[in-house]
Amino acid sequence: MTHWPLLSLVTFLPLVGVFFIMIARGDEAVVARNARNIALSTSVIVFLLSILLWTGFDPTTAAFQFVEKASWIRIGGFQINYHMGIDGISLFFVLLSTLLTVICVLASWQSVHRQVREYMIAFLVLETLMVGMFCALDFVLFYVFFEGVLIPMFLIIGVWGGPRRVYAAFKFFLYTLLGSVLMLLAILAVYFQTGSTDVVVALTHHFPPELQRWLWLAFMASFAVKVPMWPVHTWLPDAHVEAPTAGSVILAGVLLKMGGYGFVRFSLPMFPLASQYFTPLVFALSAIAVIYTSFVALAQTDMKKLIAYSSVAHMGFVTMGIFAVTSEAVQGAVVQMLSHGLVSSALFLCVGVVYDRLHTRDIDRYGGLVTRMPAYAFVFMAFMLASVGLPGTSGFVGEFLILLGTFRVSTLECFLAATAMFLGAAYMLYLYRRVIFGTITRDDLRGMLDLSLREKLVFAPLILLVLWMGIYPASFLGPIRASVDHLVAQVNAATGTTQHASLQ
Amino acid sequence: MPTFAPPDLIPALPELVLACSAMVLLLIGAFRGEGSARLVSWLAVLALLVTLGLTARIGIDRRVGFYGMFITDPFAVFMKTLVLVGSAVTIVMGIRFFEDHRIARFEFPVLVLLATTGMMIMVSANDLLTLYLGIELQSLALYVVASFDRDSTRSSEAGLKYFVLGALASGMLLYGISLVYGFSGTTSFAGLATALTGTAKSEAGMVIGLVFVSVGLAFKVSAVPFHMWTPDVYEGAPTPVTAFFSVAPKMAAIALFVRVMIEPFGAMLADWRQIIVFLSVASMILGAVAAIAQTNIKRLMAYSSIGHVGYALIGLAAGTPAGIRGVLVYMAIYLFMNVGTFAVILCMRRQGQMVENIADLAGLSRSQPGLALALAIFMFAMAGIPPTAGFFSKLYIFVAAIEAHLNGLAIIGVLASVVGAFYYLRIVKLMYFDEPIAAFDRPIAAELKGVLVVTALVTLFFFLLPDPIVGSAQAAAASLFGH
Repeated sequence: MTHWPLLSLVTFLPLVGVFFIMIARGDEAVVARNARNIALSTSVIVFLLSILLWTGFDPTTAAFQFVEKASWIRIGGFQINYHMGIDGISLFFVLLSTLLTVICVLASWQSVHRQVREYMIAFLVLETLMVGMFCALDFVLFYVFFEGVLIPMFLIIGVWGGPRRVYAAFKFFLYTLLGSVLMLLAILAVYFQTGSTDVVVALTHHFPPELQRWLWLAFMASFAVKVPMWPVHTWLPDAHVEAPTAGSVILAGVLLKMGGYGFVRFSLPMFPLASQYFTPLVFALSAIAVIYTSFVALAQTDMKKLIAYSSVAHMGFVTMGIFAVTSEAVQGAVVQMLSHGLVSSALFLCVGVVYDRLHTRDIDRYGGLVTRMPAYAFVFMAFMLASVGLPGTSGFVGEFLILLGTFRVSTLECFLAATAMFLGAAYMLYLYRRVIFGTITRDDLRGMLDLSLREKLVFAPLILLVLWMGIYPASFLGPIRASVDHLVAQVNAATGTTQHASLQ
Repeated sequence: MPTFAPPDLIPALPELVLACSAMVLLLIGAFRGEGSARLVSWLAVLALLVTLGLTARIGIDRRVGFYGMFITDPFAVFMKTLVLVGSAVTIVMGIRFFEDHRIARFEFPVLVLLATTGMMIMVSANDLLTLYLGIELQSLALYVVASFDRDSTRSSEAGLKYFVLGALASGMLLYGISLVYGFSGTTSFAGLATALTGTAKSEAGMVIGLVFVSVGLAFKVSAVPFHMWTPDVYEGAPTPVTAFFSVAPKMAAIALFVRVMIEPFGAMLADWRQIIVFLSVASMILGAVAAIAQTNIKRLMAYSSIGHVGYALIGLAAGTPAGIRGVLVYMAIYLFMNVGTFAVILCMRRQGQMVENIADLAGLSRSQPGLALALAIFMFAMAGIPPTAGFFSKLYIFVAAIEAHLNGLAIIGVLASVVGAFYYLRIVKLMYFDEPIAAFDRPIAAELKGVLVVTALVTLFFFLLPDPIVGSAQAAAASLFGH
């Protein structure tokens, strides 16, 4: 174990990069170049540091690791600590955030021309907030990070977004804020129950059953919007379509995971009785999400919108797995979130590649790209198949575990979800056929260049990870398992459910 | 046979110093003539700072003077600090403005000093008569200041409107005071507190008196439905005056409201809580909804201030030490956010003319990134988004509300804050998302720049070191209870 405050370093190092970008002087081109370089080097260093978290992680314990605790606000009865720590559930989300920030900086290297300095600052600030959110073990600290994310994301969508960016940015901000403020009140209620804003204390506290339901609903209001669950998902397609490519990557890759993470971290262990009580509701909403949004995705003509709806469907799987509360299903939900974070980010990057060349996302404008862009066709295919859940890719591991775990709780739910997997294959293959195959009918498509070296560098780590998670998931499931098992045991003890031992 | 004993003047020393400085400055101005505005302004700031030092020096303990009519305690010191800082900063911000508009007269700082004296008396009132005295001293000076740009019809209208409605409010307050006196036989806060522990609190006349006092005070803090004067006065008054109105008198009025409700009428919590809850809900909702349609930034700030008063009143409705702490933290942070915002508004000038339309901010992030960043910080803070100071001010309010089981009020509060976020975001949207139009005049005056940098840094980095403000607010709130 290292004595360095590694979590704080990973969290706040991006702000050092922000500082250097801010003091960069010179004409616009020089500032832009410096901003890009500083942002890239900062995010790479942060990513390398975060890998130390993985290597130093002890997978045998469910306790929080790399814990840092310092007094923050001492006054009166309302004491707030700076308390950070990670367990198996949050470890990979931290890594996902730091990896995707590097990818985002690289992906925006040429596609962002104006206000590059501000753009890079926004992404580095976003990185701090995202990482901090996954590490925070104090409710107020968590809320500060959770809510603070809105500011840079609002600006990213609004300043560098598409034609309807203002509408999308406002919708994103207000939807999310509406959910979050209710959670804030619930957090305060939790504080008065436990006498502390500390998450670790609250996780083992027994809340009265009646109160659990109210608090569960308030937390649900926030997380359901973030996930997003049907019917509060409508901000997502708008935000994705209008956001710049890198913005979509972060939205799909990390921001959606905040909701799922919240369910696993807070809703399940703190309110087990309410979770059990509301499981039918979550199952119903998830089933609607996976089936309904899959049909909606089939009808889309905009590539980004199609992938956005597929995100809602995939996250429907996640919420289903979380509330099945079996060890396999929850592990599957975490893996599915990681997998979706990589795959959907990569798919948005794929859209970004052709968008940079042709400046349209209309599916009908494309066709026959395979003849001009073979490397692109290969990359797109890899992620398309991972999204469908082909065995050997990360998508399969998550969905399989979720179905396995859910089957033992509800056969019907499992059946509905399996149907949606079939639909998922339909819309992704249909998209792929229309964009990549067929004959080239338009002149501007003939002049399209294949992936540049920079773009290949962006995709390479993502493909490797997707395959790694698919072929040898044990390296990822190892650290996750202890924490999830502990969580499931705790919930089952509270609800009095007995289950067969885990399959593994 | 009663013997003459001189009143204990020490508790009121800061007020005396301030009042005397106002007289001296008046003389200086009168002898040196028209050109003395700048000198008198800086001397006024100096007088305010000296008063601030004296206040801090004297009022650590709870002390009563003038035969129990005047009090200093940590609560008074906290609120007086806010009032004095607010007054000093707005004088500084106004110097250049008045010179540019050729209305730089030495009367302005003198009037501000007199108004501030009134506010300090309000904060330290320990008797209903002292309270009325303070309010009137403050108000009379404010009426004049509101119409300070005397050649402008808008400004004169603002002053007149303020005067008529303010007089009405004072009348109601006085009527309430007379009822309270009639049914309890005393005007002293301590006497009232004692009387109300007995049977007096069940008297209908007492309740009606309490209602009238609350109405009068609600006028002064501009809580809905007694807010009608605010948008017109804010829009019509010269901008530095608006900045002044939005901070110093608001601090004093809130302080007075809190003290009157907690100290003399503490036993009637169940009665006045209903009034405060209503005022709070109405202010939050109207402040959030009505601001959406505004095009003038000063009017927008008027509705914003109405909304903020609504949030502060949540803390008062709780009626607990935690609630009052929430109010104090809220007002302290509000001071920084609001002063900063008005500093930006004072920078909104093209070819020497003030522009006040929100649309004039379009594209500011491109033409003046620093200014845009500062205003964006203030707007996110006012919307209550973490990690800005505005989030923590709301946090402490809602902690108190949940503790006092005012769950419904808290839920309405957070929902209204989402509606309110919309119009604050609209300003950010104009600055960052829209195409730039002509830039504002440069350079920005050094005083404004200084105010902007300090307020923006405090608002953004409050979370690094919240203990000093929260701690003194805690001590100040505790001093109102338990004696």
